[in-house]
Amino acid sequence: MAKTHVTMKVNGAEVEGLVEPRTLLVHFIRENLGLTGTHIGCETTHCGACTVDIDGMSVKSCTMFAVQAQGSDITTIEGMANADGSLHALQEGFRMMHGLQCGFCTPGMIVRAQRLLKENPSPTEEEIRMGISGNICRCTGYQNIVRAIQYAAARINGVEFKEAAE
Amino acid sequence: MNDMTPTREQREAKLEGMGCKRKRVEDIRFTQGKGNYVDDLKLPGMLHGDFVRSPHAHARVKSINGDEALKVPGVLAVITAETLKTVNLAWMPTLAGDVQMVLADGKVLFQNQEVAFVVATDRYAADDGINKVVVEYEPLPPLIDPFKAMDKDAPVLREDLAGKTTGAHGPRKHHNHIFEWTVGDKDLTDAAFRKADVTIKEMISYHRTHPSPLETCQCVCSFDKIKGELSIWGTFQAPHVIRTVVALIAKIPEHKIHVISPDIGGGFGNKVGAYPGYICAAVASIVTGKPVKWVEDRIENLTATSFARDYHMTTEIASTREGKVTGLRVHVLADHGAFDACADPSKWPAGFFNIVTGSYDFPTAHLSVDGIYTNKAPGGVAYRCSFRVTEAAYCIERGMDILAQKLGMDPAELRLKNFIKPEQFPYHSALGWEYDSGDYATAMRKMMESVDYAGLRKEQAEKRAAFKRGETREIMGLGVSFFTEIVGAGPSKNCDILGIAMFDSCEIRLHPTGAGIARVGTKSQGQGHETTWAQIIATEIGIPADDIMVEEGNTDTAPYGLGTYGSRSTPVAGAAIAMAARKIKAKAQMIAAYKLEVHEDDLEWDIDGFRVKGLPEKTMSMKDICWAAYNSVPPGMEPGLEAVSYYDPPNMTYPFGAYICVMNIDVDTGVYKIRRFYALDDCGTRINPMIIEGQVHGGLTEAFAIAMGQEIRYDDDGNVVTGSFMDFFMPTAVETPHWETDFTVTPSPHHPIGAKGVGESPNVGGVPAFSNAVNDAFSFLGSTHIQMPHDFWRNWKAAKNLGVFA
Repeated sequence: MAKTHVTMKVNGAEVEGLVEPRTLLVHFIRENLGLTGTHIGCETTHCGACTVDIDGMSVKSCTMFAVQAQGSDITTIEGMANADGSLHALQEGFRMMHGLQCGFCTPGMIVRAQRLLKENPSPTEEEIRMGISGNICRCTGYQNIVRAIQYAAARINGVEFKEAAE
Repeated sequence: MNDMTPTREQREAKLEGMGCKRKRVEDIRFTQGKGNYVDDLKLPGMLHGDFVRSPHAHARVKSINGDEALKVPGVLAVITAETLKTVNLAWMPTLAGDVQMVLADGKVLFQNQEVAFVVATDRYAADDGINKVVVEYEPLPPLIDPFKAMDKDAPVLREDLAGKTTGAHGPRKHHNHIFEWTVGDKDLTDAAFRKADVTIKEMISYHRTHPSPLETCQCVCSFDKIKGELSIWGTFQAPHVIRTVVALIAKIPEHKIHVISPDIGGGFGNKVGAYPGYICAAVASIVTGKPVKWVEDRIENLTATSFARDYHMTTEIASTREGKVTGLRVHVLADHGAFDACADPSKWPAGFFNIVTGSYDFPTAHLSVDGIYTNKAPGGVAYRCSFRVTEAAYCIERGMDILAQKLGMDPAELRLKNFIKPEQFPYHSALGWEYDSGDYATAMRKMMESVDYAGLRKEQAEKRAAFKRGETREIMGLGVSFFTEIVGAGPSKNCDILGIAMFDSCEIRLHPTGAGIARVGTKSQGQGHETTWAQIIATEIGIPADDIMVEEGNTDTAPYGLGTYGSRSTPVAGAAIAMAARKIKAKAQMIAAYKLEVHEDDLEWDIDGFRVKGLPEKTMSMKDICWAAYNSVPPGMEPGLEAVSYYDPPNMTYPFGAYICVMNIDVDTGVYKIRRFYALDDCGTRINPMIIEGQVHGGLTEAFAIAMGQEIRYDDDGNVVTGSFMDFFMPTAVETPHWETDFTVTPSPHHPIGAKGVGESPNVGGVPAFSNAVNDAFSFLGSTHIQMPHDFWRNWKAAKNLGVFA
């Protein structure tokens, strides 16, 4: 099948590649760019393991063609760390609050959560749960993911993290 | 001592040993997208394989033509059963003693069965090839309803078994019958029922569902023709077993097979078995001489690899008028699908379902299980439970509630009345198990006090009265569940897989500077072994957990182990780790005695080293002993400091717990609200409370999914109607309730560190708690038992059937 030339910015770097028109963005990211932190869990836009940030929006890269991302600015889990190399507050929060187990949903969950916190820097528990409802986790039961995001929100906002009482 | 000397507390804390909420080692890579899962692997020249699958549930395969597929650019091979026959691999043995088609041989027996394997340069080309393979089918009548499987005129599914009146587990009664398994004293039990004041009988179904980890099953096989070696990277919960199975069926010497389980994206039982994809990828690699990757998609995962449950349990309990149980009789119709590919220890065709007497002191019991074939996917894996234990717990916990209802007793009170008492342990159950330890009443009472059980019952009574007065359309249910699990398969006296005893193993090697590596025969799929195994070692030998690297999953380096499933890792491998550590400690003591110039018996252990009894300032730390082990060991002693332990457990472990679910249901819509869920778990010694809590949250969420809607459902033609996450209930953060966790600690008396295993308890105990809550809510309207799953529509239908819309 004829290939198309695509260019885009991924994690701050200009990248390019030759793809078939039908090549899914997630395959371009994982196989052409070798950024395997973005995962595939369902191929039907339900599970969110493939979530990346495109031009300021959370997008499931398993149901978008690479050619549709022409010229866009993409952030994947590999681009989440701070400029000085330190971990993003969410990456720290997920570890501190035991917000992950097998780790398969984690990249999509963190990428989604960073957009959520940009849109709503101090979300309530209900807003967090709704905000990550496009991302499925099979291991944690979400409770510690919610705490991880609350932890990160507090860190980003420069306030002390207080755990909600049971 | 100067001020810089660390205190005992500081030394203890530095170890981050058992009991510490140590943060996970694994998370550092996972939170940065640096996990190493199978699909991340890219080898030079790697090809991709994908399946042509059957659209029919039951059909004769008249022809398969791959000519057009081979013309597709990038397609290199189309493998069929005929190809596999040349290497004698068209069929493969299953863990349950049956055989299974790797690729359709003459007929297909379930929808999405593997028919042909297309190998191409990339996954898109493989898919193009699949679309060009022409298969001619002649549809046959499908058998979907398990209750019709043994009808006289039922279609013959397994023509390959024609004339075989005996299977791996004894006589077969019918052409669609697999086995009958009976346990217990039938005569005594029948007599108990004849004499009983009160009896109940109910057919309790546990529907077919699927473990569905977020990462599907996948592998990369690479055959090196020059060396004659086969390397397999795969999503294997039990990599060593896979290596042995491959050696046995592919006739490749076992030392030339390298099986590697890298990071695994959840397992929940799905990744225990051997699937056609693994065989086909291996054969394709041998045929093409190139590495071949096979990655299941979600639809394939839900419809072809390893369902769970599908048990239909006719449950009878006999009791006195006062509510003392006197007998239990259960018959199970077990729907195994097209092939018996149950992942149980080989001698246990129905797993450990004979734990069905639960936490109660039944003087007698009798159990019979009939396994049957239907036109559904094979499997029968333990979806986050020990083998068939969640089915057993559901059976008895529903049964006890039904009995309580008939007796007019409170379900919690009935349970308290019948619990096995602490002084009865070790307790020999009527169906043959020896329960190691338990204090059930304490756990139950703690649960009842924590949630104000009496207050909740009072509120329920008021709500029911209000409902009857027409003041509300909401009903309230309390789902009590008290489960006993049986985990840690298992003792070689009764547990093996294909003849290999179900021990587990650990090898610890300490380096001169006081750090080390531990290799274990298990394989984490999210349980955090890299973190917790090091904690056991830290406490046992006083080396900080941070200084111990844990490695699993590489069959070339790890000692042989049976893998991770059935909550066996802590009971079996956890014990092996402690025993290996103790061997090291014993040698360390000899080295310390030599260096301190005292007799070994004059030394005592103190947190992170030895000290001379009565002379607390005369010490030698483990770190210093490590150095000495490589430099100045006692005369006659071999240098080095390492040990290996293969642990054959003397018994299973029996974790237990008391759960309660408080639920409201709107009868007009069937919409439920989980108001509260409280889970008290007793898993004996607690290695890492943070991880235990995480395991409980996750298991409860899976229990919630299963009880409230997660189902693999077939229509009458054998089409799977729940084949994607659109239809298969997968709770998000919005639906998932808030979990409250609690614990008691009753150590296992026979386990070296007293630990029991916990990962699956919440699924085992959780499902009956949810189902009992729904049933309890409806019970005052006259219902006895409503089948799972309890989704909104079924709740609405239950309400309708009970006449609340009249």
